[in-house]
Parts: sequence; C-alpha cells; structure tokens
Amino acid sequence: MTGDQNSRILAGIGVSPGVAIAPAVIVAPAMRAPADEPRTTDVEEEQARVRAVFAQVQSDFEQRAEKADEHARPILEAAASMASDPGLHAAVDVELAGGKGPANAVAAAVEGYAALLRELGGYMAERVADLEDVRDRAVARILGVAEPGVPELHEPSILIAHDLAPSETATLKPGTCLGIVTAAGGPTSHTAILAAQLGIPAVVQVPNSLSVSAGTLVAVDGGAGEVIVNPTSAETDGLLERKRRRDTVLAGGFGPGRTSDGHPVPLLANIGTLDDARRASAQGVEGVGLFRTEFLFLDREKMPSVEEQTQVYSEVFEEFPGKRVVVRTLDAGADKPLQFADLGAEENPALGRRGLRLSMARPELLDAQLEALAAARSQSAADVRVMAPMVATLEEARWFVERVRAAGLPSAGVMIEVPAAALRSQSILQDADFASLGTNDLSQYTMAADRMQGELAALLNPWEPAVLDVVAAACAGGAATGKPVGVCGEAGGDPLLALVLVGLGVSSLSMATGRVPAVWSSLRHHSLSHCQRLAAAARAADTAEGARAAALALADEAVHDLI
Amino acid sequence: MFTRQATIASSVGLHARPANIFIKAVAATGVPVTIAKVGGAPVDARSLLLVMTQGIKNGDVVTLAAEGEGAEAALDSLVELLETDLDELP
Repeated sequence: MTGDQNSRILAGIGVSPGVAIAPAVIVAPAMRAPADEPRTTDVEEEQARVRAVFAQVQSDFEQRAEKADEHARPILEAAASMASDPGLHAAVDVELAGGKGPANAVAAAVEGYAALLRELGGYMAERVADLEDVRDRAVARILGVAEPGVPELHEPSILIAHDLAPSETATLKPGTCLGIVTAAGGPTSHTAILAAQLGIPAVVQVPNSLSVSAGTLVAVDGGAGEVIVNPTSAETDGLLERKRRRDTVLAGGFGPGRTSDGHPVPLLANIGTLDDARRASAQGVEGVGLFRTEFLFLDREKMPSVEEQTQVYSEVFEEFPGKRVVVRTLDAGADKPLQFADLGAEENPALGRRGLRLSMARPELLDAQLEALAAARSQSAADVRVMAPMVATLEEARWFVERVRAAGLPSAGVMIEVPAAALRSQSILQDADFASLGTNDLSQYTMAADRMQGELAALLNPWEPAVLDVVAAACAGGAATGKPVGVCGEAGGDPLLALVLVGLGVSSLSMATGRVPAVWSSLRHHSLSHCQRLAAAARAADTAEGARAAALALADEAVHDLI
Repeated sequence: MFTRQATIASSVGLHARPANIFIKAVAATGVPVTIAKVGGAPVDARSLLLVMTQGIKNGDVVTLAAEGEGAEAALDSLVELLETDLDELP
C-alpha cells in the first residue's frame, strides 16, 4: 500500500482543512460509444445482451431510488423506467438490425428520444440529462468499463473527480469519503462548500489529479492545499504530526465565540437542509447565521405550499430553541432558474434578476415564504430573523423590510453582497435591523470575476485588499447606526481571516459547521485589539498574498496549526 | 377494441413523475394499452419515453384503447387515474 516510489506532490487550493490518507477512488468520466465498435452480426444475441444490460441499469436505479430522499426518488424511479422502456428497447432493436454495434445502437436510440424531449423544451428538456445518464451507464456496462459518476464507497477512500455535481456530493459520507480532490472547481464551488460542511478535507483546482490510478495511496492536506500521491513514510508522519497538533488545539474546548479579552463574537452555522440543521445543533453551535432556503424550491415543478414550507421551517427552528436562526429568503435567479418562476434566459445571470430582484418581480413567492416563516416562528422558541439576498439600494431594503414587518416577523435584515450596499450601508441600515456580508458574492462583484468561471478562481480571493476595504466600509455603516454587521460567507470560516474580519468590526461569523471549532480556538488566542492590529496590517498590504502574510506574521503561533 | 377518453388533471401535464405513475399502472393491468392525443397516433402506454414525448398537458383530452379480456376494467381504472392530479399524491 505505501509504495515509497514515485511519491509526488500536486498543488491545488485547500478548501476544507484537515488531513486524510487513503486509497484513491476515481470518479470515472462517461465513455462515448466507440466509433470503431464492431458491427452487429448476430442480432438476436446482441438484443439479449442489451436487454440484460438495461435490466441491470434499471435494478441499480431502483436500488438508488429506495435509498434516496423524497425529492430525488421520483427522478431515479423515472430513470429506472427509462432503462426498462419498451419504446427505447424497440428503437435499439431497429439500430441493431441495421448493423450498429450495441453501444452505438443504445446511443442512437437514446438520441432519438432526447431530440424529441429537447424539442418539447422546458421541464421535458431537462429530463434529457436523466436519459443520458441511463445511456452512459448502459454503454459503460456494454464496454465493460467503470460506470460514470461517484461509485458507492465501501472502504475509507479519497475521492478524485473532475468536479462533483450537487447530486453526486449529496450521497457522500465522512465515514467512507475521507478526502476530496477535484481537478476543477473553486473555493466557493459546491464541492468546496459541501466538503467544509461535512468536515471532509478537500483540495480543488489540482489539474493533474485525474492521472492518479485507482487504488493508489493518496494523502490530502486540505489546509495547505496539497495532495501527495504515494506518500513516503516521512511525508505521512509529517502530515499526521500536523493533524495531531491541529487536533490538540481544537480539543481546547468549545462554547460561545469570544476573543481572549471576552469580546463576544457569536459563531454560527450555515445550513441548507434539515440534515445540516441537525448536525449543527448536535455540535452545539450558537445558532444559524445563514439558512439557505433554496433546497425547498429548486427542482420543483410548482411552488411548495405555505403549509409544506411551514412544516420544514418548523423542523429546522425546533433544533435551535432560544438560539438565533437567520433565514435568507429565496435566492434563485437566472443561473438557478425556478421552474415555476422562470424569468427567462439572461446574458449575464450573475448581474441579472436574481435574489431580491426575483422576489420583487414575483412578490407572491416572497409573501408566501414570509407567511410560512411567521407561522413556523409562532410555533417555536427560536429567535427567527429574516434577511434578503442581493440588496443594492435603500429602496430595495425598505421594500423588503416593510413586507417582513407586515408578515408579523420581528427582525428584518439585508445581505451585503453588492459593493453599492457595502459603501452605503449607513443608509441601508436606517430601516433594516442588521446586515450580513455574503463574502463569496461580495468578492465576485468587487473583483468583477464570475464565481462560475473556474479560471478566475484566483481573483476571488477574499484577502484581496479591495474586498477588505469594502468589508470595512460596510462595518463603518454598522458602527454609525449601532446595527450589527455579520459575515456569512466562506471567509468567516478561515481561522486567520476570521480574526481580520473581527478586527474590521464584524459582529458575528457564520460558516460551515465543520469550521466552527477552528475559528473558536483561533479567536480564543487573540484579543479584540490584537484582531484590529491584524486587520490594519492586512489592509495596508498591496496584494491578497501580502495581506494574508501580514496577518499571519502578527497572529499567535497557535493559528499556524489551524490552517 | 375498447376506447375511453380522459382529460388530464395533473397540473403540470404528463411530466416524468405523473407519466411514470401512469405507465406503471398500465403495466400493472397486464393489458396492452395505447394512448393518443386528439389527432395523434396511438403509442404504447407502457413506455415512459413514448408517453412523455407526446407532450401531454393539463386539460388535454387523450384516448386510451385496448382489447381483450379485462380491457374495459383496465381502461376505466386508467381514466380515473389520469383524471386525478397525480402531483398531489404523496
């Protein structure tokens, strides 16, 4: 297992700290039907073979459907029906009789139906992906190669993929998926956010990672952003020593976030599902600083009813009696269109009608959500606060705050993701009760770098001095109005950057649950004035790298073991 | 040959989920049934892909056809199913 030859280090971006060493499992890309596949000569034999393959694919989808949640289940059940579809089998038979090899016959038959679905457009066209998934699995079985996608993990493994889709990450468990390495993705990609949420060490943007063979021992350092293929025993020992030191610092205790001189900084969890809520609650976090409600709406054909929403919100609130839960209202838009509120394709989705802008175009969606939140709040002991995404102006903030108050909810805030709102936070906070900085989008808009564009990942560094300046401006507005300004982006979960944010005047930090202990420890080693010195040094730097180095130079030694 | 007409009640039409409920019900009857939109050619109602690609919407009238033993009872049960909003099923 520990072949000491060919040890090599691959560098990437660390997005979820921690160390893991395990054999690699490669997420296979989909294989196309080969152009040089032998033509079918015995039609009956190939028909029987393809039928048997479809039966296996159907059975796999049925098994996955049984284990899936109520939203994924119908999609997997439909895929199972596609694999056993008599119309599809008949089309394959025609192609086989025409002489195509089995893989090409399946591909051609699927394309016939895919073209029809695409023509129907909308929701039907989206099902093409499911049909193509059936095709890819059938073709892989015909060719005798690994099926594409994340295999079921039975042993502790390091997962290596080009990138992971949300549907693929949903099934990962920290017990068997010890680490994640992706060739693409960025610090704010779905993979990164989920890995941090589950506390799985992860490194993204490792271009050569897919050249690693399955079963090779791989070590992942999700803090340093390093992947060691075939680590030597000295390298393994070094990593394990780093892990031991980190665990020692983290074992220091857990409780309300505060600086060494007692300045309170609530450390809250970012959650997106009921499972996240339960994990956060079990870990004893002080509350929720960002409850993303999109999961209720995406992939739905119709808006969930007020009753259904109330039920889900109540279940989340129940996990946090006496604690704050900050709910972000629906944050969807052109890049994540809603089937029931599609405002049409946009040239530039990140700058389009998303977030609160979508709510203003379809206010009935927001009103229904606020009604459900108010009903759920009245049944719970949680301290429920509501905030709007993508606020840019005072008028927008006012529009939202009035609706929240009219729904009978006591606390209305705004997210500051647009530099305009940060620079004018003093005005915007006249009416709103609080603000929360979404540092991922704030970086995107300050640096004019699309978060979905992996090649620009380096520009999305929250240490960019311009981003720190914008955060400082937002905090100044908070100080002038006496309203709290928190952070709920990935930046708040970085044990070093968290100190800088507190020094800039940020009042609370919300992050993936898995990151709370490291930030808690980091804060305990620094006084508020120490944090302010770090912040001043970071802002005085000329580059992102310089800002981080300046902060690190002034920080307590203990922080070195946390990052 | 027996035929029945049904008006689609599912608010989103015969999309993947309601269509899948329908084709499974067809298979469960054990009777070969066809489905056709007004003016359209009948297709095998046991095929999810053939049913979906008809693009059948809420309010559309479809014709179900079958023959042989049990055909009438099967068609009656399928009409009842199509005239239920399958999206509201748990």
